[in-house]
Amino acid sequence: MAKTLFQKVWDAHAVRKLPNGQTQLFIGTHLIHEVTSPQAFGMIRDLGLKVKYPQRTFATVDHIVPTNELREPYSDPIAQEMIEALRKNTKDFGIRFFDTNTGTQGIVHMVGPEQGITQPGTTIACGDSHTATHGAFGAIAFGIGTTQVRDVLATQTLALSPLKVRRIEVNGRLAPGVYAKDVILHIIRVLGVNGGIGYAYEYAGSTFDAFTLEERMTVCNMSIEGGARCGYVNPDQKTFDYIKGRPYAPKGADWDAAVERWKSFASDPGCRYDDVVKFDAADIRPTVTWGITPGQAVFIDEKMPALESLNDADRQTAADAYQHMKLSPDTPIKGTKVDVAFLGSCTNGRISDLREAAKYLKGRKVSPSVKAIVVPGSQLTAIQAVKEGLDKVFTEAGFEWRGAGCSMCLAMNPDKLVGDQLCASSSNRNFKGRQGSQTGRTVLMSPVMVVAAAITGQVADAREVFKV
Amino acid sequence: MSLAKITLVRASAVAVPGDDIDTDRIIPARFLRCVTFDGLGEHAFRDERTGPDGKERAHPLNTPEAAAVSKAKKGVMVVGFNFGCGSSREHAPQSIWRFGFTAIVGGSFAEIFFGNSTALGVPCLSLSKDDLAELTALVQKQPGVEVTVDVEGLKVSCEGRSWKATIPAAARDGLINGKWDPIADLLGDDGAVNKTANGLAYVAGK
Ligand code: SF4
Repeated sequence: MAKTLFQKVWDAHAVRKLPNGQTQLFIGTHLIHEVTSPQAFGMIRDLGLKVKYPQRTFATVDHIVPTNELREPYSDPIAQEMIEALRKNTKDFGIRFFDTNTGTQGIVHMVGPEQGITQPGTTIACGDSHTATHGAFGAIAFGIGTTQVRDVLATQTLALSPLKVRRIEVNGRLAPGVYAKDVILHIIRVLGVNGGIGYAYEYAGSTFDAFTLEERMTVCNMSIEGGARCGYVNPDQKTFDYIKGRPYAPKGADWDAAVERWKSFASDPGCRYDDVVKFDAADIRPTVTWGITPGQAVFIDEKMPALESLNDADRQTAADAYQHMKLSPDTPIKGTKVDVAFLGSCTNGRISDLREAAKYLKGRKVSPSVKAIVVPGSQLTAIQAVKEGLDKVFTEAGFEWRGAGCSMCLAMNPDKLVGDQLCASSSNRNFKGRQGSQTGRTVLMSPVMVVAAAITGQVADAREVFKV
Repeated sequence: MSLAKITLVRASAVAVPGDDIDTDRIIPARFLRCVTFDGLGEHAFRDERTGPDGKERAHPLNTPEAAAVSKAKKGVMVVGFNFGCGSSREHAPQSIWRFGFTAIVGGSFAEIFFGNSTALGVPCLSLSKDDLAELTALVQKQPGVEVTVDVEGLKVSCEGRSWKATIPAAARDGLINGKWDPIADLLGDDGAVNKTANGLAYVAGK
């Protein structure tokens, strides 16, 4: 019978049916970081358990790392305590730790792919909701809570119920100035922030075929913002080319066998989906959020919605959003004053994002009223960017060039908004308080739109600013 | 490991209405700078409860009824739709539970939040839109009113009114049978786990 990738991976990893009807699912790869793992290690110590597969568990540190302090001890003693706890836990249990002194540390969702740990046809879990990012490689990747981190550490399995599969097809070519980030913001806007509850999203169609792995990661990353626990793209030659030669990639004769195996996991032609939704790439324009959920978005050349135009359920959240954002319904978002520009995060902190942003930034200057920071998502990305001279392009234009980490995507390190500053951000969440000030405001957009905002000091249409 | 069977929670209720309440709002990220969950209870909804000026503002958790829930370590929180969306942080249900709430009733729950809550033994039951509106109105009119969350019988009742509630079968089964923490089951058949692992080339190193 024809099957989806999701079903094939699920079947290959199903251990047994549990008494409550859930499936005990084997998790081939476990990624951990400093925020959601210490309590889990505490629990397994309390229970007198061991890490069952330390060689299938990989750690890095990202959320609390101050991106402007290269030396320890960090000025925040709690951050220091958290990194040391992870060092101790990984050492005690024999887990590989991509630490800050290795040149390989970075946001957990960047480290897995960079190291070749993220592979097709595998199951991946991480105590982080953006784990779906790894689905770009044809993996089934779940974000989990801390108690489940304990479960995976102790048993390498999770108790889960299967998901339905929705195929989201995008076909055609994106217009100039339109990026993968716009595609996913558009999908979430149309399907809603809870439209994906109960589903895995399979992204497909000619637009995805043409995307690089980095673009596919940008889309899969934000599946959770659409309510879907995981999202994936079927593996193809581009996937294999990306993995080849990376430290954890299979080598020699194993490589050919692995590629054959990986190919077999792709969804079969004619398989059944629980739902299919189609988009035309030509309809998608640069998209920005105006509210406090990632689904509250408009095309840059549209007006923000009038409250009367919304249905009952959305109106209350929208009214709340307008009040928080200090924006007015039924007016354009273009031209809104911007105080901070943040380029980075696991959505858009990869080398291709930095290259594309630098391409338009070169020779231009950040507006004097804007504080702009660029934060490569990983040390490997930072090293590559420096090699290409991108750091110079950014600093000459007036951006601060930082070390690798989550930075201003969330407020667990010193990078925070102050007061009601408005931030043009390439990250994935515009929740109230997300960027560290309870009155701070976040407008999500693509990296090139962040650059346009940085130099004009406003929410701007990058297509006009750069005449693309 | 023997766990309590959670078949029914009868306790004072506090309504925290609103849809799409994300986990950053439930527990702001700065409180995730910790290596234990201790002390999270007092910071539940911190930035909604305290203004930028550091002063307490009007919020359902700043009321005497909420304080009573904290004291009793027992209470029902009534919320909206898509509650707990966003970050996977277990710190969110931990903070609600440590505040004192032992059951949540809403319209719908984000999946990771739901799973994290169940693993703590905090049942999250869903009501239809109209029924939830009715319950919310009752609780808002009379904060602290007693609400019965019947996990086994799949209903929620208050003031003589009763509504049909839903919860995924596996979660209900775990709660009412005292098996809401899956670790015992997951540790139950090591042979089967090893067999699956050996069949996976990337795990077995084949
Ligand atoms: S960059 Fe942002 S979304 Fe990604 S892992 Fe870090 S905090 Fe989470």
